[in-house]
Amino acid sequence: MIRGEQLSKSYDNVTALAPTDIHVREGKITAIMGGSGSGKTTLLRLLAGLDKPGSGHVWYGDEDLCAITDRRLYELRQSMGMLFQYSALLNSLNVYDNVAFPLHEHTDLDETVIHTMVSMKLEQVGLRGFEEMMPSELSGGMAKRVAFARAMSMDPKIVFFDEPTSGLDPISSGVISTLIQNTAQKNHMTSIVVTHDVQAGLAIADHVILLWQGRIIAKGPPDAIRESDDARVQQFLEGRPDGPIPFSRSTTSYIDDLTHRPGTVRLES
Amino acid sequence: MTDLSIKQSALAVFFGQLGRHAMRGIEQLGDGTMLGLNALTLIFRRPWQGKHFVLQMQALGVGSLVIIVITGAFTGMVLALQGYYTLAKFGSESLLGAGVGMSIIRELGPVLGAFMIIGRAGSSITAEIGIMRVTEQTDALEMMAVNPKQRILLPRIVAVTLAVPLLVSLFDVVGIGSGYIVGVELLGVNPGAYMGELIAKITMHDIYGGWVKTVVFGFMIGMICTYMGYRSEPTTEGVARATTQAVVVASVGVLIVDYILTSFFL
Repeated sequence: MIRGEQLSKSYDNVTALAPTDIHVREGKITAIMGGSGSGKTTLLRLLAGLDKPGSGHVWYGDEDLCAITDRRLYELRQSMGMLFQYSALLNSLNVYDNVAFPLHEHTDLDETVIHTMVSMKLEQVGLRGFEEMMPSELSGGMAKRVAFARAMSMDPKIVFFDEPTSGLDPISSGVISTLIQNTAQKNHMTSIVVTHDVQAGLAIADHVILLWQGRIIAKGPPDAIRESDDARVQQFLEGRPDGPIPFSRSTTSYIDDLTHRPGTVRLES
Repeated sequence: MTDLSIKQSALAVFFGQLGRHAMRGIEQLGDGTMLGLNALTLIFRRPWQGKHFVLQMQALGVGSLVIIVITGAFTGMVLALQGYYTLAKFGSESLLGAGVGMSIIRELGPVLGAFMIIGRAGSSITAEIGIMRVTEQTDALEMMAVNPKQRILLPRIVAVTLAVPLLVSLFDVVGIGSGYIVGVELLGVNPGAYMGELIAKITMHDIYGGWVKTVVFGFMIGMICTYMGYRSEPTTEGVARATTQAVVVASVGVLIVDYILTSFFL
């Protein structure tokens, strides 16, 4: 359904994503995992059409997202939803209006119908009764759940999740993971989940893509990823500090930096 | 290195930096113009943004009323004081009304009014849009199939373009009125002379000139402040920098364009 072909992206001559091919299966949950700065969010934004790739194409069926008009892109987006890392609720609107926003924008439904639909979505995330609260009054977990309800308000065919469980307590994290899994199964929804939460990613995904330094280093079903003999994959899954993926990103020698700074006393042997 | 070559290399660095700044400025001017025009073309496309335009008029226009009234009042008062002091030396106190009115309608109303609106409404436009960028609200709108240029930029540009002439008209009325109070009630200028000279000396040409300025300033403020917010670096520091830049660029822009327009309308 969604296919990325030789997608790449650079920022100020720094490669965020090397040319990458990706195929997202219809009605399945695809988890894109990797450490910080591995290119996960870049890839997600390219697939969602929020950024233009440096090279390559994003195919939605037989339509190239990079070549269609803005009007067509907005039409396509009416069947998409996205949960942002920091929720991205519209802070001038209360919870009800945030969840109802896409319905008000793109449907001619009567307000009573919209009200019922919003209540259903809020019930699903356990926040019915919080309609009048403003985003600034919500905790991080509540804001994520409201954002989830908003992403689902149009019953989208494709949903993008950017770090849906980051910064949440284990219970909220579990709730969000379960919601993603249940909704995807019930609605036969195509879900793309970007996460560095290994347990959540492997638990909910049908297909996993692992990125490192802007390149795919492993892909396949969760079991295949777990059993991979690639040392980088195992280091990431086990969260070990030592291994082929270096923790330190320093580009110069620490000892040289300390001993060659102007004014540093040198000890001669 | 000789002294000459040191001077030459310093000059090369200076002109190099100057050139880079100039290029960046031209780039931003082009980008801002394209972004603003792109937003304006969406005025004829559904969904209509009437409700959002009214909300912006309320937030930016009504929200600036108090500051405009205060600034207008004190500008008129100080002009009357200074004008009376100068005119009295020539025995021409009766011209006070014309002097106050002409200064306010032609120059001080549009420029000071624009400055106040930049400080009150322009900075808030840039900061608000910048914060929407930082918190990914503009991306969220995109993903909800709502064009942020149409929803966020367009109503603000149109609202400021229309709010500035209205607010400056109020500034003019309050300024002339407060000048009357100081001139007539405090300094003893003949009320008939104040109003008579005001009506006799100020022509429709003066009023049109001031009005054209306010429309141009309003459009400029809208374009600059929305552009700076929309293109701000999505960090808290970036938004702060963009807000400062928007105020500085819009204020300097108003002065430059004011000179150009004045030279046309004289």
